[in-house]
Amino acid sequence: MSEVIAKDTTRRALGVAVTVAFVCALLVSAVAVGLRPLQKANVEAERIAQLELVLEALSGIGRTLSIEGLDARIVELGSGKYDHSIEVSTFDAQSAAGKPATSTAIPADLDFAGIKRRARHARVYLVRDTDERIELIILPVYGRGYQSTLRAWLVLDGDTRTVRALKFYQHGETPGVGARIEEPAWEAQWRELPAYDDEGVLRIGVRLHAGAGDYSEFKVDGISGATRTTQGVDGMMRFWLDEFGFAPYLQRIREEQADAG
Amino acid sequence: MRDSNWRILTRPLIDDNPLTLQILGICSALAVTTSLDTALLMSLVVVCVLALGSGSISLMRSYIPHSVRIIVQITIIATLVIVVDQVLQAYAFELSKRLSVFVGLIITNCIVLGRAEGYAMHNGVVASTLDGIGNGLGYSLILVIVGALREFFGKGSLLNVQILTPTSQGGSFEPLQLMLLPPSAFFIIGGIIWYIRSKRPQQVEEPEFTLRRQQPESK
Repeated sequence: MSEVIAKDTTRRALGVAVTVAFVCALLVSAVAVGLRPLQKANVEAERIAQLELVLEALSGIGRTLSIEGLDARIVELGSGKYDHSIEVSTFDAQSAAGKPATSTAIPADLDFAGIKRRARHARVYLVRDTDERIELIILPVYGRGYQSTLRAWLVLDGDTRTVRALKFYQHGETPGVGARIEEPAWEAQWRELPAYDDEGVLRIGVRLHAGAGDYSEFKVDGISGATRTTQGVDGMMRFWLDEFGFAPYLQRIREEQADAG
Repeated sequence: MRDSNWRILTRPLIDDNPLTLQILGICSALAVTTSLDTALLMSLVVVCVLALGSGSISLMRSYIPHSVRIIVQITIIATLVIVVDQVLQAYAFELSKRLSVFVGLIITNCIVLGRAEGYAMHNGVVASTLDGIGNGLGYSLILVIVGALREFFGKGSLLNVQILTPTSQGGSFEPLQLMLLPPSAFFIIGGIIWYIRSKRPQQVEEPEFTLRRQQPESK
């Protein structure tokens, strides 16, 4: 073969490297930006589909509902109050969590979920019974798993102390190992699970070792082979039901329920 | 002597198959073949990346300095993979979620870099593109066979259409759980390699080491 071999000078190497990098960067950026609306629409359609999944999973224990039956609210996590100044339908929790102005750093000793910052607000969904009392509270929760961020809907009973369901809708865990958090058999463990003990202390978690251990009535079994993923789920639950998560909001709901008699 | 274009395209199917002869790209072949649809999509993606990657690297081959060639190749391949990944997320969202990290891992698929470094750097654009497509198809052929076998025996379905009714739903078919686990892909690929090499003995490699015959004790 009589190939023209490029001369090997430093300048040439640098020149080619920079040019290739620049063209490639341009191409990737153009594609990423150009396709983003489609991707966002996909994610949004999926979010709604997942919400429908939650409703479907609940229909056995609760009521059959449509998405319109869900009362969407924006909650200010720190105070636990509803914030009506933010438009419910366009609120993007994920981008809010990434911006300094709309998020709060989590103290390292409270950051069980390994997420470092959380948005100041969250969109929650309420299901009310015929007397307008809160029947179910659906909270968005997420945390770091083994190799991805785990995102789930946490469904609490109107009593604010009992987990009725936990439904994962996004994660990138290893198929067949960590990804088993999505399996119905594992998710079924989160039905009717008390989260707080009688003193109101958060006890919920994932049992990571064999044997009963303390407070086993508050814990679900881990998945063998997926220790890091289930640790992630454990931390996620402990974070979001704690002071820095939804605890102030749940406290406020309890107060409102007490006022209403 | 240069091969005809047709030969370049078809030789990697069996005679020079990247998976069964060169034993490259095994990792993703284990991961994405639990069902036929993911295997098909992965095949399509790899064919695209290989064809475009080999083609564009061949186009640039006389400009790429020898000292930085691998980095340049990897940059081009990575770009193509990211672009394809983005397109999948936009147009085949469900499947792209099931392929998850394995689309991104095409960057490290030895076949792609192997063809770029071993063929596209020394051959013309048309030949390189054909070589990329051919190798992609060779990879695809094995992936589709493995994917079809695993889905059929593991779930009793093909392309998510239930063919055999599993016992859990009152049928007579007992799904082979093993088929859905990565080792089964090893067994199937091993079987395919064994079959091909028994039909084409020229593919059998010389053993690198032979057992030494035990010398009888001298008296």
